Amino acid sequence: MLTDYLIVSGVLFALGVAGVAMRRNILVMLMSVEMCLNAANLTVVALQRYMPPHPESVSPYGAQVMTLFVIALAAAEVAVGLALIVALFRVKRSTSVEQLSELKA
Amino acid sequence: MEDFNRILFWVFSTLMLGSGALAITRAHLVNAAMFFIQVILCMAGLFLLLDAQFLALIQVLVYAGSVVVLFLFVIMLLDQREESKRVTTGGMLAGGITFASLTALLGTIVLQHAKTNPDAALPAGGSVGLRDVVRTLFTHYLLPFEMTALVLLAAMVGIVVLSRKR
Repeated sequence: MLTDYLIVSGVLFALGVAGVAMRRNILVMLMSVEMCLNAANLTVVALQRYMPPHPESVSPYGAQVMTLFVIALAAAEVAVGLALIVALFRVKRSTSVEQLSELKA
Repeated sequence: MEDFNRILFWVFSTLMLGSGALAITRAHLVNAAMFFIQVILCMAGLFLLLDAQFLALIQVLVYAGSVVVLFLFVIMLLDQREESKRVTTGGMLAGGITFASLTALLGTIVLQHAKTNPDAALPAGGSVGLRDVVRTLFTHYLLPFEMTALVLLAAMVGIVVLSRKR
């Protein structure tokens, strides 16, 4: 059962990376990164559920607490990212990454 | 009960991967965000199957409740031009190759691991109450918790600075 969970989260992670590679729209790229973070969360929680706890671990629920931190930081990341996208849109009037090529020689 | 859980697992994961694939290929951004909500909700279902009720709750509240709403605000606020919505053939090819190679890589790693360590006996799970998780959060992980609050404050200040008209 653990293997099934790990494979599902691996496929979800691959979908997220493929979304970043496929799309030129910065909003969809941010959404795909969120999908990758979710896949990592699923891996952590599945491992916590199906593996015996480490003998020196202070609490068997540390993994769930860490996942909570990941979710909180992902929310902060999305908020900052979207503020950056809005600021970028004011300058470029577009959300396509093809418009952001000033650094290219 | 075990069989029922297994059926629910396949239902949730099929729905999640299907809507994930649709979310990254839809040209219309609002549709993509809707499929992203479906990914989030199915993930909350998987958390429930893994006895992580607290995380399922937080997932629905934080992701479906605020992150996707923020995405939808920005999608509707910005006037999207047609060319940024389009999915190109080259993009499709790049995405397909990335997806295939990453899936093959991660699948090989997981299957290799499963072959060498056969499924250990399931530790006594039982129901993990909100009380256990939250007690861990407020005792052993109190400092990281406060640091997260600080990061959220910094993010808030940063957003105010970024979105100021100059």
